Amino acid sequence: MGKLPLEGIRILDFTVVWAGPFATMLLADFGAEVIRVESLQYFPSVTRGLLPRPDAALARQLAGYAGAYPERDPGSRPWNRHPMFNPHARNKLGMTVDLSRPKGRELFLKLVRLSDVLVENHSARFMENLGLTYDVLSQSKPDLIMVSMPAFGMSGPYKYYQGFGVNVESVCGLTWLRAYPDGDATETSSTLHMDAASGAGTAFAILAALHYRQRTGKGQFIDFAQAENLMQQIGEILMDYPMNGRSQRSLGNRHPVMAPHGCYPCRGHDRWVIIAVADDAEWERFCQAVGNPPWVRDARFADSANRYRHQDALDAHIAAWTQQHHPWEIMERLQGAGIASGPVMRETDLFTDPHLKARGFFQIVTHPEAGTHPYPGIMWQMSKTAATIRRPAVRLGEDNDYVYRELLKLSEAEIAALRAEGHIGMDFLGKDTPHAHDS
Amino acid sequence: MAGTSRYPSRTGGVLTAVAHHHEWYLSPFDRNGRGNAMADTALADITVLDLTHHIAGPYCTKLLADFGADVIKIERPDGGDPARRYGPFPHDEPHPEKSALFLHLNTNKRGVTLNLKTSAGRDLFKALVQGVDVLVENFSPRVMPHLGLAYETLEALNPRLVMMSISNFGQTGPYRDYRAQDILIYAMGGPMRATGVAEREPLKMAGNLMQYQAGTMAATAAMVGIFAARLHGIGQHIDLSLFETHVGTVDRRSTYLTAYAYAGEESTRQSQGPQGALPRGIYPCLDGYICIYVTDEWWPRLAHMLERPDLLTDPRFATPLARRNPEHQPEFDAIFYPWLLERTKQEIMERAQAARVLLTAVNTPEDVLHDRHFQARGFFVEVEHPVAGCVTQPGAPFRMTATPWSVRRPAPRLGQHNEEIYGGRLGLSREELVVLREQGAI
Repeated sequence: MGKLPLEGIRILDFTVVWAGPFATMLLADFGAEVIRVESLQYFPSVTRGLLPRPDAALARQLAGYAGAYPERDPGSRPWNRHPMFNPHARNKLGMTVDLSRPKGRELFLKLVRLSDVLVENHSARFMENLGLTYDVLSQSKPDLIMVSMPAFGMSGPYKYYQGFGVNVESVCGLTWLRAYPDGDATETSSTLHMDAASGAGTAFAILAALHYRQRTGKGQFIDFAQAENLMQQIGEILMDYPMNGRSQRSLGNRHPVMAPHGCYPCRGHDRWVIIAVADDAEWERFCQAVGNPPWVRDARFADSANRYRHQDALDAHIAAWTQQHHPWEIMERLQGAGIASGPVMRETDLFTDPHLKARGFFQIVTHPEAGTHPYPGIMWQMSKTAATIRRPAVRLGEDNDYVYRELLKLSEAEIAALRAEGHIGMDFLGKDTPHAHDS
Repeated sequence: MAGTSRYPSRTGGVLTAVAHHHEWYLSPFDRNGRGNAMADTALADITVLDLTHHIAGPYCTKLLADFGADVIKIERPDGGDPARRYGPFPHDEPHPEKSALFLHLNTNKRGVTLNLKTSAGRDLFKALVQGVDVLVENFSPRVMPHLGLAYETLEALNPRLVMMSISNFGQTGPYRDYRAQDILIYAMGGPMRATGVAEREPLKMAGNLMQYQAGTMAATAAMVGIFAARLHGIGQHIDLSLFETHVGTVDRRSTYLTAYAYAGEESTRQSQGPQGALPRGIYPCLDGYICIYVTDEWWPRLAHMLERPDLLTDPRFATPLARRNPEHQPEFDAIFYPWLLERTKQEIMERAQAARVLLTAVNTPEDVLHDRHFQARGFFVEVEHPVAGCVTQPGAPFRMTATPWSVRRPAPRLGQHNEEIYGGRLGLSREELVVLREQGAI
């Protein structure tokens, strides 16, 4: 088959949870050799699951996706079977080493010398504590490209501040801007956008740095401050404050200008449809599409400005209509009239969606320890260098042989010793509770 | 000549083996030798023709421009990019050169006008496309072929062109011509069903996040395309669908989908609330709200933050079992709420972080602009614009030590660079430009 664009690039992947692994997935998908650096001793929280070895009873009790192993059975190697990990670990390689010991650090430095990029998304203290900062690593490899993804940046008063994604988003203003406008701010659920923004942004940053190095031979360090990247995406909202002294509030499901614009209840349990009408021309088509009931001719709804002012009344009428229909009926009818509308999708809806099927978006993959399932596929289509899921999610230590024998060129005796010392293996050795190293 | 020499293939590929001047990697379109002269920006030798409008496309090309690419933004002569009509505006007075959205999204780009509905306009476009590395467009999928400017036509003019097409649902498929807004992309492609509280409707995310996110993905995709062109001499068409990039996003989305495939687990809406006495979620304080998450392991830190060592031995809170007892929640709240209500969010956050409690302020935009961390980092920058004046806007999305982000020029005025581009790049004379203007082509 043809070449993939990023073949020949080696990336050491020292990432956890979602943001970092998302970035490396985008690069692995298009041909970069991404090697996950993991350990048999340290189980980073919420990466390969919540616990290394939950028993089946516990897995069934855990809420949400936490215990959603295949058939809810953790299996003999639960860390190779978790839904948090497997979707992003495709097309990657994996090795193990214990970085808390000098021998492990020595091996890691050797690997750095053979690699183009190192990416990590631990808290700001983590690499410092390991003595593996850019200052140290670039002495081993002067043209290294290293990316760190700290929450708030590698400098400043909040450098060592701790929090989950929702905490960082709170500081950035996203939590404030996502609330029911007529509700209590305290009842907003925690939902995250930061991982998505950081993953995509970091992949771009890495490629920009690699492109520069291709021309000049120079590497560099990239401080990917997740909070700062995130705030780009609400730029115009934040700018209203220095521009006009206005500190915007959440509009909920409404829009600064468009009406109707919202989420309406449908037939069926917990079924909802989106309807967004952009202008007067669309409004005319909307009136036709819903069968021209008398209420649409109300003077309060005659033009955009009036519809905006009388949104509560408008929404009540629309909801009375949507409640009689299923979301797909509404989508077909309104999209047929050139109006933005569609269901709030459930997982089942996405797996059976005719458009995603026609596009071949989900790919069936057989994993040696997790079974055969559909997974979200490649994030964009390239007409000449098409990518696919070529390898299932990498298992812990799966490519130790390749890394230690072929890349590091160690002898059989050396490898056997490292195996005996607990650097090399495929089974987690630590205690059954995760080491909260990042706390 | 650049482009004819290929990088030799190697086993175990490490590009670092080639440490010297990579002539073969330079663009044949780098007319001004900017690739060498401006080695202090990462993407100096990349030229982009930017046919995008509104948010997703322009954010993609903003990322490329902000890190050094030469981006030529094409706008229709009558009114330009629709984003010019979106606020906020200074004093809420709409003005096409003063839109905060437009000013933020279009830094570092040069701007020309062009009417693709005229044949003279299309001829100009074809002349321009021959000399660029990348074309980015985010029209609905019918538009480019309808204009006679489909990829196959442009490939014949420029075989190494990377054409990046951004659309709501992709260039093919049953939903191809469907309309979308940010809320719809989030509902169909994002975890909207799991956002909000169970008792109410699902809730969208702030602002235009879905479109910005697609822009970031597109910038990454464009770079992958550039690598294919530079390393392998392959130009191609890239089809990026907002719907798909969101469905496949690695966060709760891919996790929920796989949890369903593995175990039939569906996502649900739940508000984040405390677990017994363990505080979690958003709480009110003196001047607003804070966001907190405490586990059993971190209870001692919370006690320390509250200066209540007695909480460690109080039988209501001393053990994990006791803490998770729902009856003890109001008793802890009776201690916690008053403590919070006496202090500002900033004060609480600083005390919490000193005690290593996972707690942050829920900042409003006003708070964000005054925040001492972002001020110390110099995150917000002031950009001088000839019409809008001095505008405060977000700065670097990330910091590259060797090739830092910078604003080399503010967002362009409509048609600002017509002479520079059509004259300088295509060699047209002033008279010719006058004719084109009269024809309505520019």
